[in-house]
Amino acid sequence: MSLQQVMSQLQNAFPAGLTKLAEWRGELTVTVPRDRLHEVAQFLHDDLAMDFDYIVHVSSVDWPDDDERFEVVYEFYSVRKRQRIRLKTRTPESDCIVDSLTDLWKGADFMEREVYDMMGIRFRNHPDLRRILMPDDYTEGYPLRKDFPLRGKGWRDTFEFLDETAR
Amino acid sequence: MAFEDQRTTVYKVDPAHPESETLPTLRTEELLLNMGPQHPSTHGVLKVILELEGERLVKSTPVLGFLHRGVEKLAEDGTYHQFIPHTDRLDYVCAMYNNFAYCRAVEKLMNITVPDRAEYLRTIVAEVQRIIGHQFWLGTQALDIGAMTVFFYCFRDREILLDWFDELCGARLTTSWYRIGGVERDFTASLLDKLKQFLDYFPPKIDEYIVFLEKNRIWVARTKGVAVISAEDAVSFGLSGPTLRGSGVDYDLRKAEPYSAYPKCEFSVPLGKNGDTYDRYWIRVQELYESVKIIRQCLEQMQDGPIMAEVSSVTLPPKERVFTNLESMIQHFKLFSQGFDAPPGEIYCGTEAHKGELGFYIVSVGGGKPYRLKIRAPSFIHMGAFDYMSRGYMIADAITLFGTYDIVMGECDR
Repeated sequence: MSLQQVMSQLQNAFPAGLTKLAEWRGELTVTVPRDRLHEVAQFLHDDLAMDFDYIVHVSSVDWPDDDERFEVVYEFYSVRKRQRIRLKTRTPESDCIVDSLTDLWKGADFMEREVYDMMGIRFRNHPDLRRILMPDDYTEGYPLRKDFPLRGKGWRDTFEFLDETAR
Repeated sequence: MAFEDQRTTVYKVDPAHPESETLPTLRTEELLLNMGPQHPSTHGVLKVILELEGERLVKSTPVLGFLHRGVEKLAEDGTYHQFIPHTDRLDYVCAMYNNFAYCRAVEKLMNITVPDRAEYLRTIVAEVQRIIGHQFWLGTQALDIGAMTVFFYCFRDREILLDWFDELCGARLTTSWYRIGGVERDFTASLLDKLKQFLDYFPPKIDEYIVFLEKNRIWVARTKGVAVISAEDAVSFGLSGPTLRGSGVDYDLRKAEPYSAYPKCEFSVPLGKNGDTYDRYWIRVQELYESVKIIRQCLEQMQDGPIMAEVSSVTLPPKERVFTNLESMIQHFKLFSQGFDAPPGEIYCGTEAHKGELGFYIVSVGGGKPYRLKIRAPSFIHMGAFDYMSRGYMIADAITLFGTYDIVMGECDR
């Protein structure tokens, strides 16, 4: 199945639900509104013609100047159909939550936790949403946001075991 | 060579059992045990909280992040070229393949075609790196289980290849030999000789490793039927590489989305049947033979030619021209101070590293620095399946599980 076929089938299944379909460098990107994310993902996972059974990665992008500031990016692959697709959605900073896809892909568990840890986007119905790479008691915020300084917010300066030259 | 392993039957306490009231009651409680972060078998600084019922694992919670260095944040602060040395420090035992995966991703973003000879050089070095990675894995995994001899044999042969890397690029582990659009330098006659010698020397040594392990009853009993995962679950968890193929899923990016010189080589992708630790071991050992085959074919097919694409706005000029030619020097200076102007857009590019699918997702808004760079690290994703795969096995099997994923914490925590 070619990219064009995937595109047309998606448009048929969701005539009004998709914000944007784009193809660049041979990759298909589908943008959906936040409240339809789970529905479209379920279609991609369950539909036999789609059959996207493999989760590649979950990622996030921060666009501080936009109204809907955060972008969550899911990337799926179909092992049988040898096809890739990228599913994106936007969420505003004031209500920073999207539906979790852990019920469809088990691997989404750790990947969504990483997005929460790094960007502060929460996932509804996630079984265990805790920080994963940063310490549990980390209070400086979410390091991959664009307004987070590269050298941190000064937590490191309070470490007594580092002498002044190493700080 | 089949040994029955009694320990794979999963023990469960069932209070709903009809005879549970007539059985003598004992006070039992679950035990919490911290393993790591400084345990020698956890392959780096990894902590796992184990909930135990006797010696059986009820639940295990990996605690990651002890080696987190914020590589993705650092990437946003440097140019595309400046990020290459950072990729060495991801999976620090297999730096070459990280360089390769990253350079391929940037080439996809910039739409650059790499010259033929460079593709062959890249494939050869990537396969040498795969051999090193699998040797390292085989040695440490056998050592974790207690078979010490194989460790010494693997490291003896790995040393030959690390010296070869040393001669190629001046570093044994943190190599940074790949460049966007090609490679840093060509093979010398001495390097070619040494590689050919190694190809003749190595296959009998693989047979030796196999004899050491498969005649070792303890090692076989501790790998067969341990940490079984079904094909469906492995796909759902997003496992990749030998960990996925051990369950019989035919997914190898070298075949599924052929890149570099792989489509020009004939090789097979070994697949497991049972999805246990033994099958994953078998696949890795078979891949050693396949890597030797691929390198042989590449050496035969390789023709003379340029080793760097000539896209003056992106790729680096050759060093001799930088010192003799004004334009090349300006180009060199510009590329290193400002970087090149990437088109706005986003790409994902996955590469079959020896651990699994190592992918880079790059978002560009134009300019010389990536707006967002996400690393899809196979070690991190494999750790996501740790709890699921460890349930019902013994504490000692948790050690073989770290081994079977081939995790490196530098890549897992980034």
